[in-house]
Amino acid sequence: MTTQPFRIANGGLIDRSRTLSFTFDGKAYVGHPGDTLASALLANGVRLFGRSFKYHRPRGVLTAGSEEPNALVTLRDGARAEPNTRATSIELYDGLIATSQNRWPSLAFDLMAVNQLFAPLFVAGFYYKTFMWPAKAWEWLYEPVIRRAAGLGALSGAEDPDHYDHAHAFCDLLVVGAGPAGLIAALDAGRAGLRVVLADENPQPGGRLLCDRVSLGGVAGPDWAAAAVAELAAMANVRVLTRTTVFGRFDDGEHGAIEQVADHLPVPLPGQPRQRMWKIVARQTILATGATERPIVFDGNDRPGVMLASAVSTYCNRHGVAPGRRAVVVTAGDSGWETAADLIAAGVTLLAVIDTRNVVPDALAAPVRAAGAGVIMGGQIVAAKGSPLSRVIARDAAGASHTFSADLLAVAGGWNPQVALAAHLGHKPVWRQDIAAYALGAGPADLRAAGAADGVFGLAGTLASARAAAMDAIAALGGSAAPAALPQADETPHGVSAVWASGPCSGKAFVDFQHDVTAGDVTLAVQEGFTSVEHLKRYTTLGMATDQGRVSQVNGHGLLAAATGRALSETGTIRARPPVVPVAIGAFGGHHRGRRFRAERHTASHGWAAARGAVFVDAGQWKRAQWYALPGETHWRQSVDREVSATRGNVGICDVSTLGKIELIGADVGTLLDRLYINGFAALPVGKARYGVMLREDGLVMDDGTVTRFGPDRWFMTTTTANAARVMQHVDFARQVLWPEMDVAAVSVTEQWATYSIAGPRSRDLLAAALPDADLSNAALPYMGAVGLRWRGAAARLYRLSFSGELAYELSVPAHRGQALLDHLFAVGADYHLVPYGTEALGVMRIEKGHPAGNELNGWTTATDLGLGRMASKKKDFIGRIMAERPALIDPARPRLVGLRPADGASPVRAGAHLLRPGAAAVAANDEGYVSSACYSPTLGMPIALALLAHGADRHGEEIVVHDPVRGADVRALVCDPVFFDPDGERLRG
Amino acid sequence: MRIPCPYCGSRDSREFVYRGDAAPVRPASDLASDNADAMFDYLYLRDNPAGQFEDLWYHAQGCRNWLRVTRDTITHDIAGAVLARSGRAA
Repeated sequence: MTTQPFRIANGGLIDRSRTLSFTFDGKAYVGHPGDTLASALLANGVRLFGRSFKYHRPRGVLTAGSEEPNALVTLRDGARAEPNTRATSIELYDGLIATSQNRWPSLAFDLMAVNQLFAPLFVAGFYYKTFMWPAKAWEWLYEPVIRRAAGLGALSGAEDPDHYDHAHAFCDLLVVGAGPAGLIAALDAGRAGLRVVLADENPQPGGRLLCDRVSLGGVAGPDWAAAAVAELAAMANVRVLTRTTVFGRFDDGEHGAIEQVADHLPVPLPGQPRQRMWKIVARQTILATGATERPIVFDGNDRPGVMLASAVSTYCNRHGVAPGRRAVVVTAGDSGWETAADLIAAGVTLLAVIDTRNVVPDALAAPVRAAGAGVIMGGQIVAAKGSPLSRVIARDAAGASHTFSADLLAVAGGWNPQVALAAHLGHKPVWRQDIAAYALGAGPADLRAAGAADGVFGLAGTLASARAAAMDAIAALGGSAAPAALPQADETPHGVSAVWASGPCSGKAFVDFQHDVTAGDVTLAVQEGFTSVEHLKRYTTLGMATDQGRVSQVNGHGLLAAATGRALSETGTIRARPPVVPVAIGAFGGHHRGRRFRAERHTASHGWAAARGAVFVDAGQWKRAQWYALPGETHWRQSVDREVSATRGNVGICDVSTLGKIELIGADVGTLLDRLYINGFAALPVGKARYGVMLREDGLVMDDGTVTRFGPDRWFMTTTTANAARVMQHVDFARQVLWPEMDVAAVSVTEQWATYSIAGPRSRDLLAAALPDADLSNAALPYMGAVGLRWRGAAARLYRLSFSGELAYELSVPAHRGQALLDHLFAVGADYHLVPYGTEALGVMRIEKGHPAGNELNGWTTATDLGLGRMASKKKDFIGRIMAERPALIDPARPRLVGLRPADGASPVRAGAHLLRPGAAAVAANDEGYVSSACYSPTLGMPIALALLAHGADRHGEEIVVHDPVRGADVRALVCDPVFFDPDGERLRG
Repeated sequence: MRIPCPYCGSRDSREFVYRGDAAPVRPASDLASDNADAMFDYLYLRDNPAGQFEDLWYHAQGCRNWLRVTRDTITHDIAGAVLARSGRAA
């Protein structure tokens, strides 16, 4: 095969001195720098690029830009494989590998194309009706079949080897798009001294100046653009971002943009991100985003070889590629005639131009007639045949049929200004009959459109429009400018009309190419009552593919308007949402992945614990030691059982620094605490601690913890680790919003203190040795007592609190002293067989003691459910008091906290299992509750559990079925008091 | 979106925690009166106006002040913010 048989001999912005090799579906091709993958494949005569989403129709290239709905390929291979990449946007590089998608076994021969035979099944709303019954078949039949048959490319499944950067930019003016309008606006603003960011999605600025044969002030378009960019690049106050697509517009002038830093390279350079996510904050924005050409809906309009006229011009003029040998142009406006002239100049045989209008300026028609091409005025396109395209059938004004043997059909259906970014904040485009398109109406004060994006389609008009927009923006920013005269540009004719559908549209006449939505689907949706543009979109999925309907949406509106007898000003257009182009999730994540997904919080003795063999568990952002594995321990239960037994036998230490800690100061702290907790605090003596339960205003338990009073006005609150931030917010809400008159200051000191729980029968002996000056007698420091003291010159606090049920203390020192304290305790502790224990052993001991924790404080339970109802004071108001009295919350049938022990004394009872009466069928109606926490108790020598059981408090001694269909057989268990160990609390008072 | 914190200045809304309508006032709940209905309204009934709205935001990653923010629910424009403890915005 001749290399690049469709490459035009001369011209184009490509570097013919260099040849790039690449493969598509394993076959080798060559192209040149300046090519896109699409242009290079077209140069090689490749016309079939992929198969369509639903019907597996063969598809080629429709556009020459990021709006492409058809030519989606998987770029690269292995872990870097990126599906659904637009061949029209991929810059060619040496060694590029691309594969087609959604075909099996091959692109040319695709078995799934039988879907076309079942097309009646896949009509609008088919998800909702064809497969409704039987509903169960969704899981095993319909969904797998649909997923196999329909779809696009597949993910590699491997970890993304590239990385992504985040960057911020701030400017006075953001100009989106560096075509003629964007360049003029940026030059004007830059020369006026404004801080300007100019962003363009293409590697080379210039927009249509690179694609159309135009000149400004006698300078060829590409050269003028290059000079403009050079001037901008030299300005210190201007930043030009190429390969950067502004994909979203958000509140307060914030824009999201994605820069394709290394997508044009085989792999990123060392240290280079693949893409960079920009947050650009702009005081003013100019949309110079241009316009997107519309296709026309007719039978076979999706066949490879049918292409937008503007794309045909781009391939001829910019890439030096003839997209066919024998061409027909169908146009609803003047621009199609320019494409006809481009084709003639490129040496393509032009068979005919079909204009749906009756009149065209002579200047446009003359060259076409001179080339010997047919001209059909007032004609219409009927159908495209062949795959790839081989015949074009048209009809003239008199109704006579004309068939052309063509392999290229250029379609010019009009232009849609690209104002999606303005719509992101709710500014709906309005219909303008003069340009037969939706354009930005009264926009927001900080945004204006310029050039084609504002519906100005001629070049001279575009420059004037950009100048006006720039002057407005400069004035709005308080600046002033006296700009030089605009370059002289020929004002080209740019008449337009609107043609939505043409010919019978009886077969496959596509509105949305990427989602395979046909004209018939739109008609059906209207018949079924989906007559609003937003309903039409959702029912037919028109415009919901990755191309966001950029080429299809307005045609859908046109058909809808025709079918409902409304004007397009009445139907309106849909609300565009970000992102304008697909953005990789990896780019949003940036460097926040893996370990860096979110910040980790480490306690003062984290490194010490790690060195001791600690296995850590996430508790919010905190890393907590779960257990400490000794050499030789091969199963976590060995470690946990040993830690529990050692603590209950001698003494153990647990790092509890992660508990939330709030210091409260003021005359009214006691009063505030009375309102925050269900039990009373105002009368708590100095030097005493008290356990408290906090409700949400709706009466359910929010959190529990202790409060210690260190002075008349000085209090200290602890929260659970999980709820630390929420309780801080709640305290601030109570003191600032509910009762601002109270004299209370509150500050989180969670990270200021390192706190260790020292538990076990020998804990007092250990502390006496470690703190020889402290009086640890029951008289001086009774259970629930607290003292402030000093350790090695620094403040320390010693509390006699117990979660484990043992004689226990909590000792706090400033966080930076935590490790020193731990070292000291362990240096002293060898004599007492001191061990560290983790959260698992802590959990076992609290289950043995029946203390509710996170699994029970789950947002569904009341204080009464947890057996804490009697703590509630009847003498004061508190948050949640009234709502906790609602009938459903005091219903005795509510699940209440109980203990469970296996009837056989051995079978494990698993958390999450549900409870049934013996003999009751395992259906939801018979559900009596669930197991909330479970463990093996080395103290009792059997598995035990806490559960929430209907009427639980009255059912101690009853046998019940623990139903666990997911993990094992049912287990019989005996309901018992939740306190399994030392119910009278003799040990903790010892 | 940016919120003009009276204490910290103009800050990114991501630093704040949103709570909702600032209008409901917690009913006085002395032990004697049965005001369960008023408490129910306070807890669950909310207006959802299009336009000017006053809502509560907590500057969790800043000064930890609760703010009353005057915001337009259609345009997202923020007219101002005051410390909630200082009382209602004028």
